Amino acid sequence: MIKLVNVKKEFKGVTVLQNVNCTFENGKTYAIIGSSGAGKSTLLRCINYLEKPTEGEVWHDDIEMMSHQNRLHEIREKCGMVFQNFNLFAHMRALDNVMFALKKVKKLGDDEAKKIATQRLSDVGLAHRLQNYPHQLSGGEKQRVAIARALAMEPKVMLFDEPTSALDPEMTQEVLKVMKGLNHTGMTIIIVTHEINFAKEVADEIIYMDKSEILEITDTKTFFTSPKSTRAKEFLANMI
Amino acid sequence: MNINYGPILPFMEYLLKGTYVTLQIAAMAAIGGSTLGLFFGLSSRRRDPIGFLVRAVVDFFRGTPLVFQLMFFHLGLPQITGWVPTIMTSAGIVFSLNSACYLSEILRAGIESIDKGQSEAAIALGVKKMDITFSIIIPQAIRNVLPAIMNEFITLVKETSVVSMIGAADLMRRQSIISGTTFRYFEPLLVVGAVYYILNKVLSSLGKVIERKLRYD
Ligand SMILES: Nc1ncnc2c1ncn2[C@@H]1O[C@H](COP(=O)(O)OP(=O)(O)OP(=O)(O)O)[C@@H](O)[C@H]1O
Ligand SMILES: [Mg+2]
Repeated sequence: MIKLVNVKKEFKGVTVLQNVNCTFENGKTYAIIGSSGAGKSTLLRCINYLEKPTEGEVWHDDIEMMSHQNRLHEIREKCGMVFQNFNLFAHMRALDNVMFALKKVKKLGDDEAKKIATQRLSDVGLAHRLQNYPHQLSGGEKQRVAIARALAMEPKVMLFDEPTSALDPEMTQEVLKVMKGLNHTGMTIIIVTHEINFAKEVADEIIYMDKSEILEITDTKTFFTSPKSTRAKEFLANMI
Repeated sequence: MNINYGPILPFMEYLLKGTYVTLQIAAMAAIGGSTLGLFFGLSSRRRDPIGFLVRAVVDFFRGTPLVFQLMFFHLGLPQITGWVPTIMTSAGIVFSLNSACYLSEILRAGIESIDKGQSEAAIALGVKKMDITFSIIIPQAIRNVLPAIMNEFITLVKETSVVSMIGAADLMRRQSIISGTTFRYFEPLLVVGAVYYILNKVLSSLGKVIERKLRYD
């Protein structure tokens, strides 16, 4: 379980996140939606401490991150993250991208790391791309390598920050398909997305953000049928 | 035309042996300079005493001529410290520090050219900072600035010629000794020029080979 308590984040005195209180239960899928600049990415990045909150607590089960900064590596290892711009290691082939953390973090030997990486890449439909460098892959393929790279670590949590925003519609579908395959397989999944229909389809709960705050946390059905806040209503109206 | 290799022929071996001295200094500087340069490049933005010291050293070495640095270190400082280094020690230290300062700037540009998304992805995977620096950032940074690094090495080989100012028997120094004895300038100078030229040709071909090796496509 992940729990954020009174999280606040400032960048050089400008508040971009405040009064953030939310709980992510094991095995559930959450979609964070809201307009641009609302603070969605910042919230997501606070979860694995890519951004350190200015105030507040971030709990991973019974560990509070601020007071356990020596355990950051361990917690991050358990939280896979996928970025909008893929962020593949440009000088490594697809296979090496996936093997890297297995070797450096999990300290696996070459053979075992290779076995796992090959398997993970096959899982996302890239068995034929093992030896390609990132610049030789399409956007959708890059993002699938990135997903395989995160999954290879066997995370308990997956964080997705607009994983399809940089992709054209066709590639978007291939990536969403992979993500659907992960839904309700035991991992906690938190997705920041502009793909409203996708959120509707996979998420158990919707977290709606606006102007650096969470305005609503509701189960998906309720959110789409009867959102509480006027802002959420407007947001949904603009989407359709 | 008045070209006659006869008088300098007996000195040819002596002259060419200066290549060793030149190469020795260049090699010391390349190895010391790369190592130190990497350290400088990685720490020059730190906001602590180390960062401050590195920035000060880089600033000093970039702000003064090499000849001055060499003479100051070899002839000036001993007067204060009482420690008289050998010519090769002075040359090794000054050339290393000097090229470290230029290399560090080149490497820093290379490091800054790497999108920080890659580091973030590695952090998110739980990778330690050391591994990120040495397995992700540095290999790509070096590759991106390799032509500039090779340029710096070529400049270095040429600049070793100033060691004759503190009495090292490098190519230039030997040429001037031979010319002083035989009163022939053109011939030994031509040989010296050819040696420098060949050394740098070899170096730049080596650079091209490394560049090809480091390419990932
Ligand atoms: N490193 C940073 N330094 C300064 N300001 C930042 C930084 N990161 C984010 N911000 C600011 O914080 C605010 C929230 O940013 P964030 O990226 O979390 O929004 P978002 O909801 O993810 O938006 P989008 O949908 O456009 O991705 C924005 O105003 C942004 O400019
Ligand atoms: Mg964002």
